[in-house]
Amino acid sequence: MLTYIARRLLISIPTLIFISLVIFLLLNLAPNDPMAQVPLTVPPEVKQKMREALGLGQPLYVQFLKWLIQLFWIEPQVFIDYMFNTSFSEGKLRVISWQTRSPVMDIIVQRMPQTLWVVGMSYVVGILIAIPIGIYSAYKQYSVFDQVGTFVTMIGYSVPPFFTGVFVIVIFSVQLGWLPSIYDTTHTVVDWETFKIQLKQMVMPVMVLALQTTAMINRFMRATMLDNLNQDYVRTARAKGLSEWTVVMIHVLRNSMIPVITVIALNVPAIFGGAIITEQVFKVNGIGQQLIGAIYANDLPTVQTITFMFAVLIVLFNLLADIIYGILDPRIRYD
Amino acid sequence: MTDNLNINAKPRSKIKDVWDQFKSHKGALLGAIIFFSIVLLVMVGPFIWPFDANQIDIRSRNQGPSLLHPFGTDQLGRDTLARMMAGGRTSIAVGLAAMALSLFFGSFIGVTAGFYKRLDGVLMRFTDLFLSLPLLPLLLVMMLLFREPLSEAYGPERGMFVLIVVSIGITSWMPTARIVRADVLALKEREFVLAAKASGTSDTFIILRHIMPNVLSPIMVSATLGIANGIITESALSFLGLGFPPDFPTWGRLLNDAVDYLQQFPERVFWPGLAISLTVLSINYLGDGLRDALDPRMRKR
Amino acid sequence: MRIKSLFVGLAAALIATASFAGRGSDGNVSIIYWQAPSILNPYLSGGTKDIESSSMIIEPLARYNETGALVPFLAEEIPTVANGGVSADLKSITWKLKSGLKWSDGSAVTSADVKFTGEYCMDPDGGCAQLEKFDGVTNIATPDDRTIVVSFSASKPNPYGPFVGGQTPILQKKQFANCMGAKAPNCTAENFGPIGTGPFVVTEFKPNDVIQMKANDNYRDPNKPAFATVTFKGGGDATAAGRSVLETGEFDYAWNLQLAPEVIANMEKAGKGVAIAGFGPLVERLEMNMTDPSPSLDADTRSTRKAPHPFLTDINVRKALSMAIDRPLLVEIGYGKAGDVTCDLVPAPDLYAAKNTHCLKQDIAGANALLEKAGWKKGSDGIRAKDGVKLSILYQTSTNAVRQDFQALIKEWWQQIGVETELRNLNASVFFGGDPGSPDTYQKFYADVEMYANTFDGTDPQAYLSAYRCGNEPKPESQWQGANINRYCDPAYDALLDKLSATGDLKKRGEIGIQLNNMLTKDSYTIVPLVHRGRVSAHAKSLGGVVLNTWDSELWNVADWYRIK
Repeated sequence: MLTYIARRLLISIPTLIFISLVIFLLLNLAPNDPMAQVPLTVPPEVKQKMREALGLGQPLYVQFLKWLIQLFWIEPQVFIDYMFNTSFSEGKLRVISWQTRSPVMDIIVQRMPQTLWVVGMSYVVGILIAIPIGIYSAYKQYSVFDQVGTFVTMIGYSVPPFFTGVFVIVIFSVQLGWLPSIYDTTHTVVDWETFKIQLKQMVMPVMVLALQTTAMINRFMRATMLDNLNQDYVRTARAKGLSEWTVVMIHVLRNSMIPVITVIALNVPAIFGGAIITEQVFKVNGIGQQLIGAIYANDLPTVQTITFMFAVLIVLFNLLADIIYGILDPRIRYD
Repeated sequence: MTDNLNINAKPRSKIKDVWDQFKSHKGALLGAIIFFSIVLLVMVGPFIWPFDANQIDIRSRNQGPSLLHPFGTDQLGRDTLARMMAGGRTSIAVGLAAMALSLFFGSFIGVTAGFYKRLDGVLMRFTDLFLSLPLLPLLLVMMLLFREPLSEAYGPERGMFVLIVVSIGITSWMPTARIVRADVLALKEREFVLAAKASGTSDTFIILRHIMPNVLSPIMVSATLGIANGIITESALSFLGLGFPPDFPTWGRLLNDAVDYLQQFPERVFWPGLAISLTVLSINYLGDGLRDALDPRMRKR
Repeated sequence: MRIKSLFVGLAAALIATASFAGRGSDGNVSIIYWQAPSILNPYLSGGTKDIESSSMIIEPLARYNETGALVPFLAEEIPTVANGGVSADLKSITWKLKSGLKWSDGSAVTSADVKFTGEYCMDPDGGCAQLEKFDGVTNIATPDDRTIVVSFSASKPNPYGPFVGGQTPILQKKQFANCMGAKAPNCTAENFGPIGTGPFVVTEFKPNDVIQMKANDNYRDPNKPAFATVTFKGGGDATAAGRSVLETGEFDYAWNLQLAPEVIANMEKAGKGVAIAGFGPLVERLEMNMTDPSPSLDADTRSTRKAPHPFLTDINVRKALSMAIDRPLLVEIGYGKAGDVTCDLVPAPDLYAAKNTHCLKQDIAGANALLEKAGWKKGSDGIRAKDGVKLSILYQTSTNAVRQDFQALIKEWWQQIGVETELRNLNASVFFGGDPGSPDTYQKFYADVEMYANTFDGTDPQAYLSAYRCGNEPKPESQWQGANINRYCDPAYDALLDKLSATGDLKKRGEIGIQLNNMLTKDSYTIVPLVHRGRVSAHAKSLGGVVLNTWDSELWNVADWYRIK
């Protein structure tokens, strides 16, 4: 197993470099223009000069190498400087956003808190709701509980957040006036009162996002539980006189977790990637909002850096999922 | 009952078996009925209904439901029912086609990667690549490269249809592939597969006979989620100006346009929202019934 | 006389102190822009959101007020030929700073700062977004600490380009001295927190998210600003911004609510705030492609002057297309009180507005008759054709709900005069981007008709009208850059443009401007104006002192805002 993990980690490096190259070429091929958001009153000649100042005239391989060096050589130095108060990175050019002309990493770090608070929390909430409901629905297939669960989760999945988000705002912010419609990213939690305010502003975006996660995970949980409940080994276990709880919660659940783990692992990187629409609706301004804003403005360094970090997480979490499969089902071997 | 009486009769056909099981599944039957009525309504409806989806009647704009316009009219006085029917055609077609495409890619890559250890690494890294690609730039590039050739080959609307279906399809197969692969990894170590292998059964046969039926339930779930996903992604594409021409209603677009009017005209979000949910729900139940019917163990019960 | 004015001044000061309890007494004001500011240095961005947010912190010598007239800010008065501030040959302008001006860090504002700002923008490696404002500037001299003389290479009838308006505020030399040219992007701290003379200073800037500000202790009016702190939130969409001011009351001011009129009216019913509208020279128009966009042509010929358009070169067709449009209805549906019917490319300021009325009434029958007379006969499919050329139009625009409604309506009207229309909407960041590799940019114009809105900075339309000069069209040789979008070309127009740039007398400039406007619209129908678009913003009922200004930053008088108690 250890050699397998080591080998996978080693393979990840060329994979990630290849992925970043593909992303880079894709972004350069896309017909976007960093000048698209500059007003039409700015004449074309001036826009051309602005493009040149961004380094757009350079050959592609120079731009790509520059980015690689900045991300893998200079950014770690900045991090070391920050940790140990050294000055390795002084005067070196970091990955600079075209929109803000500031280091991309700083903005990402600035946005982590609200992204983790809202998107991360919604994910945890979603999983905590989905798994028990999925198990019970499968155990009592076609019961009223199962039917209602199916109904609610499927509607939750088919109605997109651009609607549910606005819907809850209209009800809870406009009509009832209970919750704020705009997330305050400058708010800091210091005591119980401020924690309550934080809770209030998180409730709606977390719930809207959790609805999607719940629906998805719940469906997979229920389906694989059903598959396993009909297997011969369940009958054998019951015949052996094992308690119903042991049969369902240990044997069946363990065997049903594989697809669910896959789905969870697939979506963890998405937490980091943020939730574009929900962030937009509630003005959470997390990483998702940063990414979509950068895509609209064709801010290539920002898009490239965020998608790359996203890719790193995808590769890592998929590896993690593969390891968990081996633990859940010892018959799965990779070597 | 009949089984006992006809012990010597020739074996019943499998299709009939499946159908019998399906019929006894009430949810599935209801799902099928609802789904096919929706399909029938959007296919035939526009020929019967007197209003055209793009017919503007500025004097009767922003009307609520009435006998003449049962679903009301929009801000340009277009009949909402007519738009719902026209939109349903596109949305259901896009949803189904994109789902089918992504399911095909996903299952194929998932099964291959899970079954053949040698291909696993390459295929899964390929999946990682697709998972990492930012969607919007990818779509912009696809539009840039393929819109003109496709619209020359198939006309502007059909060309767009192909492009949208393919875009949604190739950007949504990855979860299915990962889930199917994980299941196959576990399945191929099970006794019945090992036994089949030992007895020299061909790989293709093992996959079709032993592996596929056992990964059917996650595939079915992916299918239902995939349809909803297809319909909603299409609306996001129109919203970004990457979708169908603007005089081409779809459910997603109707829902999107109506969100701003949520407080004044709540019925405008209600209809497309209901239509999408109903379609997805009915397909979900249909899928449930189909899975049960196709599963020999369930049939035995 | 002097004593009297002193008295008036004293009285005014007394009134001011009476109504404003003094600096920082009104607590916090919160502003929401649905486009989030990414940088507080307008020289590096050019985006409206960045110009307007930074206008609370850094200021120019003079601004335009809500009527489009110049008012001094850092300058003592507006230099004119009459008061000797502008030389008789219009080749130089002399500004004088107010006395005793201080930066927010307490140091004195001098003419050197102004000169530095000019040099900062004109640095060839800087990629300055406001370079055009410094067009023709040969020298900036500083005879003393408060005097700045800007010289131009040729006579400038409108010398109020540099250091006027929100686009070109004054930067502090001390702060930005190490940020010239290629070093500009390294100066994150400077770009995110410029030291200024405005009523507020930045305390925290989160790019593309939120700005927090506090009152400037060294602001020149000791009683202003009334607010102690500002929260400036960005992001989301116009609906949410409007809702947060008009319905939930979470914010005090929301910028540019591009929403359907019914939606705004409904939000106002909640009673928390009011929507206000103002008009600049922004015009939503149709541009008629004078060249052939057919995909069958090769890339070097398609949509260039080498291939004239098969039917849009016929003025009768263009005129008929314009006649078929019901502009009052477009305004009613799309803009409400934020729009006005117009037949002009330059609808404001008054001096340059032709105020044409020929297009205000829809005339489908007239359009049909005109086409009939010009030989365009209806075929069996109801589409008019002549010599085998069918009136079939590809009509493109950017993606936006109002524009798609307009497309649907106009398609319907054109159908009534026997013109077939295919609609296309494009992603705004592609359409308005200038990527020469993309077929979908508005400059490439691979369509017959396209719709968008454009305007000009300040009150002088000379540069705006010069866009339609022969040879200024986007073409392969210029990497598809150029502002003459419809490829109009008329030597008489060019001659008149030359005359405009040599005329200093305002009244005569107005006459020439109107003539030029008419040549593009009323006489040739190459540009078919649809709507004179205003801007709608909203403020809470408890926020006083708001004066909506469309000629400069909307936040131009934020120092005068106060809380109504």
